[in-house]
Amino acid sequence: MSRKKDANKMTYRQIISVLKHSVREYKKPSIITIFFVVLEALCECVIPYVMSLLLNYLSDQQKLASVSSDFMNVVLIYSAILLGLAIFSFVSGLLAGRFAARASTGFAANVRKDLFYKIQTFSFNNIDRFSVSSLVTRQTTDITYVQMCFQMLIRIVIRAPLMLIFSLVMAIVMAAYISWIFAIVIPILAVTFIIVTFTSVPIFNRVFPKYDKLNESIEENVRGIRTVKTYHREDYEKAKFSKASENIRDDFVKAERLLALTNPLLSFCMYLSMTLIIFFGSMAIIDPNVSFEIGQLSAMITYSAQILSSLMMISMVLVMISMSTVSMRRVCEVLIEVPTITNPSDPIFEVSDGSIDFENVSFKYKKEAEKYALADINLHIASGQTVGIIGGTGSSKSTLVNLISRFYDTTEGSVKVGGVDVRNYDIRTLRENVSMVLQKNVLFSGTIKENLLWGNKKATDEDIKEACHIAQADTFVESFPDKYETMILQGGTNVSGGQKQRLCIARAIIKKPKVLIMDDSTSAVDTKTDAFIRMGLKSTLPNTTKIIIAQRLSSVQEADFIIVMDDGKINGMGTHDELLANNDLYRDIYNIQNRIGGDNNA
Amino acid sequence: MPNTKKRSPLLRIIKDYIKKHPLAFAVSAICVLISAVGNIAAPLTLSNITDLVSASNLATMGTEAVRSAIISSVLILAGCYIIALIGMFTYSQVTAVAGQKYMDDLRKDIFTHMEDLPISYFDKNDKGDIMSIYINDVDTVRQLIIQSLNTIMICAFTSLVSFVLMILSSVYLWLIVIVGAIIMLLVTRHVGGHSSRNFIKQQQMIGGQEGFIEEMMVGLKVIKSFCHEEESKASFDQINNKLQDVSYKANSYANILMPILGNIGNLLYVLVAIVGCLFFYFRVTNLSVLYGMDILSLGVIVSFLPMIRQFTANVSEVANQINSIALAIGGCSRVCSLLDETPEVDNGYVTLVRAKYDEKHNIVECDEKEQTIWAWKHPHSATHDVTYTLLQGDIRMFNVDFGYVPDKIVLHDVSLYAKPGQKVAFVGATGAGKTTITNLLNRFYDIADGKIRYDGININKIKKGDLRNSLGMVLQDTSLFTGTIMDNIRYGKLNATDEECIAAAKLANADSFITRLPQGYNTMLTNDGANLSQGQRQLLSIARAAVNNPPVLILDEATSSIDTRTEKIVTEGMDNLMKGRTVFVIAHRLSTIRNSNVIIVLDHGKIIERGTHEDLLDQKGVYYQLYTGAFELE
Repeated sequence: MSRKKDANKMTYRQIISVLKHSVREYKKPSIITIFFVVLEALCECVIPYVMSLLLNYLSDQQKLASVSSDFMNVVLIYSAILLGLAIFSFVSGLLAGRFAARASTGFAANVRKDLFYKIQTFSFNNIDRFSVSSLVTRQTTDITYVQMCFQMLIRIVIRAPLMLIFSLVMAIVMAAYISWIFAIVIPILAVTFIIVTFTSVPIFNRVFPKYDKLNESIEENVRGIRTVKTYHREDYEKAKFSKASENIRDDFVKAERLLALTNPLLSFCMYLSMTLIIFFGSMAIIDPNVSFEIGQLSAMITYSAQILSSLMMISMVLVMISMSTVSMRRVCEVLIEVPTITNPSDPIFEVSDGSIDFENVSFKYKKEAEKYALADINLHIASGQTVGIIGGTGSSKSTLVNLISRFYDTTEGSVKVGGVDVRNYDIRTLRENVSMVLQKNVLFSGTIKENLLWGNKKATDEDIKEACHIAQADTFVESFPDKYETMILQGGTNVSGGQKQRLCIARAIIKKPKVLIMDDSTSAVDTKTDAFIRMGLKSTLPNTTKIIIAQRLSSVQEADFIIVMDDGKINGMGTHDELLANNDLYRDIYNIQNRIGGDNNA
Repeated sequence: MPNTKKRSPLLRIIKDYIKKHPLAFAVSAICVLISAVGNIAAPLTLSNITDLVSASNLATMGTEAVRSAIISSVLILAGCYIIALIGMFTYSQVTAVAGQKYMDDLRKDIFTHMEDLPISYFDKNDKGDIMSIYINDVDTVRQLIIQSLNTIMICAFTSLVSFVLMILSSVYLWLIVIVGAIIMLLVTRHVGGHSSRNFIKQQQMIGGQEGFIEEMMVGLKVIKSFCHEEESKASFDQINNKLQDVSYKANSYANILMPILGNIGNLLYVLVAIVGCLFFYFRVTNLSVLYGMDILSLGVIVSFLPMIRQFTANVSEVANQINSIALAIGGCSRVCSLLDETPEVDNGYVTLVRAKYDEKHNIVECDEKEQTIWAWKHPHSATHDVTYTLLQGDIRMFNVDFGYVPDKIVLHDVSLYAKPGQKVAFVGATGAGKTTITNLLNRFYDIADGKIRYDGININKIKKGDLRNSLGMVLQDTSLFTGTIMDNIRYGKLNATDEECIAAAKLANADSFITRLPQGYNTMLTNDGANLSQGQRQLLSIARAAVNNPPVLILDEATSSIDTRTEKIVTEGMDNLMKGRTVFVIAHRLSTIRNSNVIIVLDHGKIIERGTHEDLLDQKGVYYQLYTGAFELE
């Protein structure tokens, strides 16, 4: 939480200093873009000037009784200049557009990549701090805003002020006489925009959460449509929705009406300056003491339009940037996150055996947490032993085993594998030797074979078959028409829960690890198959230390010893018979499972 | 909204908008035209002033007369501007209000229609895709109605006026402009087309990348535990590079459209200037309504040139809307395709009502509060009498065939019965048809062949709402709605009292965990009850069914692992709920169904064995093998 606060305080300077690292190879296109944007803006300001010169010349000629002899030449010269400028501006515009696209999409791709790569370095601790959905949003929606800001930065942020300054300068140079008009109109415009923005933003801030809620309620309906239809609540839901929708409608109308003021207000300023320019301009034309011609008048009109529209652009950009700030911060938050677990400087690349020792281990998930998730754990498991862990929800069973593969670091004490503190191992070496079947396990989209190769890239088809056989997955896999080439859909929705668990076990044992940890990995597998898996493990991986977390006592009954966890502490340890004799908690679980029939269908 | 297909969805939505807000549309259309006056007034005034201040005119009229003429001309301009501003103010306010109201109409139309769609629609369509209609597609319609439509109307009208003025000034010069306009149109079609196509492609790829990222984030801990970071980075790079390519194309086409159009405008200006001056120089006769057949004068050229700028600027502005139009076309077509889905039809006429016994032990219809039983209500048209028959919960299926798609039958010739109060269990592998059977009972899907009778009534004749309400369901995944726990239990019977809800919660074994929550029954649930455990959610689902108090229950056991104590509590809750009702159980664990009156073993949509637990064990068939663990359930 404290980190989040820090991130909210992150200044624009900090945001820029984090994000600028992602520009990298797109620095050149960005600079080129800026260069051409400047050229284009210059052209766009010079072109009206030349046009006004041409117009002036034409109206001058009109005043004369007969045109001068070089009339066509002069016209052609002006035209040639204009043509040249137009081509130049065309090319600059084209290049600016292309390079801007190159730079902004490249930058966005880099940010996405940096984010994704950064997240890959996260430890479980880092992952826990951000939820899955927030990590997804940061990599998708938030990045879109960052890209938009960047594109605006190299195009509009450069262009609009330049246009403003160029046009103002040209206007003053051409007709200092009437350029005071801008001194009146610009402040009016600025003030009205500020007022509109500041009044509408709070309304939008109020409406958007309501709008999100409305969408949430739609999502609930889509997800819960069976419930809605079962209880025949369609009309009830419709009425509820209408009410909510009408409720936000009124707010939206208010905000939209405020926003709808911008256009008339801008036009008001525009028209005001036009009227003033035309009036004072034509007065100047007929004033013999002032040299002001019809061409300048028409150019002044163009400049006034450019000045006002650049002002509007600037205000729009400011609004957009302030709206995207949250997204930028959220992206930066991930980028500046420091991985809490990193490889030691002089890592050990060899795990000698599968013995595990916990020495005075205490652990809490957050430094500031008061309660320890694990307290004073002392535990010694010899290589090759099978150990069961049992305990209710929240008794820290998973936490205990997560420390073995160094998904988290202990707060106090040390965890040793093969007699060496896990913090001294190369992480990859440790995790290749300590294989874990996680409780919330997932398969990835791809073939079954591809999924299994995660465990060991070099595994042969024979290895795959063998692992599947041990995990009792070979029969069902081979019953699929495509066998090991069967595609797993995203989220593994096309295999049943039990099948998924068995594939995950196969994926973990294909590594031939020194330690195998199964965190409630056979809950959806029936007891008989569960027993076959344990038998298979025993015979094929006799030297591997096996740690089994389970809800069912039958899964751990024949382990060398069973650990009973309760509230982050070891409540008891021993064989099934010993615990049955002298551990109340164990006996309690045993009785419940047998009274309600548990899973004694084996 | 009319159910006419084959019409362009964009036009259909626009028409629908006009139909629902005709006044707003008419007023804003008129005001749009009025506001365009402002755009036209300036060049006209300018050309008028150009004439006034010309040297020859100054000489004939005298400076003072010219000055007053200028003043009146500027006053007329200011007047035009005021009218234009009023028009602009009116139409932007009117469309803001009508547009937002229409958004509300549209959302409600979509939602109402969606609620009436059959379950098959939700099975076929991804949740994300449905949500995207509400979140993204409706917004493209908003953009269209509140912004694009007006901008296009103004710019089209303004350019039309300058177009007409130009043709009136000089047909020859106008011809040049026409050529330029055609080129601009072609360029817009080409470049804009490329840009829209790539933007749509980019949208799809973003969707794909989101899917990938989501998968990788969900599996992040697995990635870490297999040290699979490098591989996932490599797959990410592939997707990311492809996205970058498409998004580069989309953006670069979009970025260059304006410079191209703007400079075609500049070129046109130069071209007209040259040609005009050549005409003047060689004393070519003009062809003009305003200036007659005289020689093309410089004055004509001077007033013609600013009009070109105005014209091309407006054409560019219209072209600028091309991406939002392309997006709106996509959005409208998805909105329309949802609205065109055929809703569930309900031809049922038999009414099932909540009822109670009165003092004389007759069944009478009653308020939900006093209800104890369900009854079948049949009015007699001849006597105007209404008689009530007790709904007992007798379900029979006769030779039922069914397929989710017409030619792929997944249930073959299924016949079964459940007498009132009996417990029927379905056993079988994933995909054997257990859930399908229960989906037919409450008519989430309609059978292809055969008959299903409920207390002797063909279920097709029963009003769908009544049928479903009297068939309670406890699903594997409990859907909770934003609201308090009490509200969520009350979902089973909307006017249940608090006491009833609490009684139901007690029956379901949910009371103890609820009362332990700090706010008890008033605890707010948000985000699908994310703060509750799987077991707790299931208890709420049981309580919800209990408060509904249906004669028939369909139970889908949860497969996910809940700890032993919670499981015991849930099982007890379910047992309480089942008492005195006809129950269908979709079993995932054999241990809980041994006491069923009949166990039905399904395989590939056929009933292969049926009987009591003991019968089936004696048969030594599939059930026996399942029970002894030689076969697996899942």
